[in-house]
Amino acid sequence: MNNEEYKGLMVFAEQREGKIHPVAYELLGKGTEIAQKLNIEVSAVVLGSDLGDEINELFYYGAEKVYSYNHPVLADFDLLNYKHNVARLINEVKPETLLIGATHLGRSLAPRIAAAVNTGLTADCTALEVGDEGNLVQIRPAFSGNILAHIRTTTRPQMATVRYKVMQKLPRDPSRKGEIIEKEPEIIESVLKIVSKESSGGVNIAEADVIVCGGRGVKSSTDFELLQDLADAFGGIVGCTRPIVDDGWMGKEHQVGFSGNTVKPKLYIAVGLSGSPQHLAGMRDSDVIVAINADPSAPIFKLADYGVVGDLYEVVPKLAAEARQRS
Amino acid sequence: MDIIVPVKQVPDMERVKFDTEAGRIDRSSASGEINPFDLNALETAVQLKEKLGGTVTTISMGPPQAETSVRDSLARGADRGILLVGKEFAGADTWATSYALAAAIQKLGKWNIIICGEKTVDGDTGQVGPEIAEWLDIPHVAYVSEIRDASESGITVVCEMEADHYGIESPLPTLITVTKDINVPRLPSFADKMKARKAEIEQWGASDLSEFADPTNLGLKGSPTRLNKVVIPSEEGRKGEVFRGSPEDATKKIADALQALGVLGSAK
Ligand SMILES: Cc1cc2nc3c(=O)[nH]c(=O)nc-3n(C[C@H](O)[C@H](O)[C@H](O)COP(=O)(O)OP(=O)(O)OC[C@H]3O[C@@H](n4cnc5c(N)ncnc54)[C@H](O)[C@@H]3O)c2cc1C
Ligand SMILES: Nc1ncnc2c1ncn2[C@@H]1O[C@H](COP(=O)(O)O)[C@@H](O)[C@H]1O
Repeated sequence: MNNEEYKGLMVFAEQREGKIHPVAYELLGKGTEIAQKLNIEVSAVVLGSDLGDEINELFYYGAEKVYSYNHPVLADFDLLNYKHNVARLINEVKPETLLIGATHLGRSLAPRIAAAVNTGLTADCTALEVGDEGNLVQIRPAFSGNILAHIRTTTRPQMATVRYKVMQKLPRDPSRKGEIIEKEPEIIESVLKIVSKESSGGVNIAEADVIVCGGRGVKSSTDFELLQDLADAFGGIVGCTRPIVDDGWMGKEHQVGFSGNTVKPKLYIAVGLSGSPQHLAGMRDSDVIVAINADPSAPIFKLADYGVVGDLYEVVPKLAAEARQRS
Repeated sequence: MDIIVPVKQVPDMERVKFDTEAGRIDRSSASGEINPFDLNALETAVQLKEKLGGTVTTISMGPPQAETSVRDSLARGADRGILLVGKEFAGADTWATSYALAAAIQKLGKWNIIICGEKTVDGDTGQVGPEIAEWLDIPHVAYVSEIRDASESGITVVCEMEADHYGIESPLPTLITVTKDINVPRLPSFADKMKARKAEIEQWGASDLSEFADPTNLGLKGSPTRLNKVVIPSEEGRKGEVFRGSPEDATKKIADALQALGVLGSAK
């Protein structure tokens, strides 16, 4: 492999139901910053079916070029067709860097592409920097979020999946224009068949600005109404720790942590949860953290900006009332 | 139904110590155990075997002491255990790890499904499973939270895509990676533990894979990603103001602070 042949930065733009996932805009924002340092071009690749004007959004957020694949088979995530066509594009265009959102789709697709084009892949990055030789320094949490590893890639493209909500997108600018390159997809037989689609009723905790998260300190499932009331007072939604899901008190879509959702709200209120490493892995990057716990030695206090040592049954209603009074 | 479960030995995350100053992980501070997500993979495999018959084989790549994890997987219902061991494999990233495991799976020859954990608690990438599938040129489904149906011809699973749940049908052979929600792994019985203690663990070195793997692609040598350094973040930068007094007083102070930060009052 001759690394010199590889030029430019490419973003894989995931779409679902015809809408581009906002992580793609964040990656274009970061990509533009990197590209300006290195004086290179930022492109995007999108696969879908009749995406129409949605494609222009990629220009508005910073793409200079968009490689677009349009085919009914590509409407939904068809793993092998996605992999096949993106891998072909990489071999043709030879981008130096390929960034993919670390969504479930991205984390399933990216390793297939990396193995197919024989290059290294760094998972779930939370920061990207330009190294001394212009190479990409990929920074990611590992060991259940306990460490940050700095990784470089010796092969090309340098591939990384990047966590949602950590990079800044550029302000949307509809006067930005770019070049659409319509690519003819090579469609292979779809062996993976989607036989059903369900949505868990619209709770998407990763999008919430305020999360009130309850743990085992909450004594019964009905007591979560207290937390709901606090969340309402802040205009937020309720989350929970893993044992609450295991007990069937709340659905998995509410779970925060290593085996649940990673969140980064403006305000995180931890109620009656100890702050296990697996829980912290999912929320440590929240902007402001408030902890309410009866045990002053609970590890969550080490991470909190503000804490109350006390009984949640006393503190939560008071904080809700206080918040209501002031908003 | 012949099933392969790749399992990794990882340090116990509750005990492992991190040296913030030196940026080091002290692996000797914690004993090794099977990656928790791989217990769910193993349980999935054993349940499929109970329903459809067949065999479960576990493969692990790791240092000699990883043998205990392979043995543990036998106690948990696997029929055969293989350890890929030797200095050639050391220092592998996900690319080189998946390459070696795929080569070992090719050597095994006869199998229908490979079941991986969603991710490991140390590497934490979730990449090894899909990469194995790519090397073997078979489909895969990641983030599987339920198996709806399985037969000799195919498998129907539920795949979680954040808030969306997709039912997906895959022909065999295939690979799936499973989440912790798929089941609650059983504890091995005393009798099973005793049996596993005496079982033979096959050890394969790089030379055993020569038919399927180019030795230059193994271990650190074969790894396209390199670790520049490790930073162990301390939780500085947080205010850490903890109020103990009366709840009235404490909630007022917190509300003041949140108001000053603009996260209270602006939400409405
Ligand atoms: C592989 C793996 C993945 C995992 N993934 C996750 C994950 O994604 N998310 C997750 O959350 N966990 C996860 N866990 C589980 C994790 O290890 C902990 O068991 C869990 O986070 C503990 O939940 P908790 O804090 O609610 O309970 P506990 O640790 O029991 O804490 C309860 C807290 O409530 C306090 N309390 C009790 N009563 C009151 C009261 N009246 N008022 C105020 N405070 C009170 C106590 O002081 C205590 O600190 C995972 C574990 C493993 C092994
Ligand atoms: N060294 C290894 N030996 C065997 N299986 C592994 C190894 N590393 C990873 N795996 C498998 O791949 C999955 C994902 O691992 P990772 O990509 O490291 O997060 C794990 O849950 C295991 O099933």
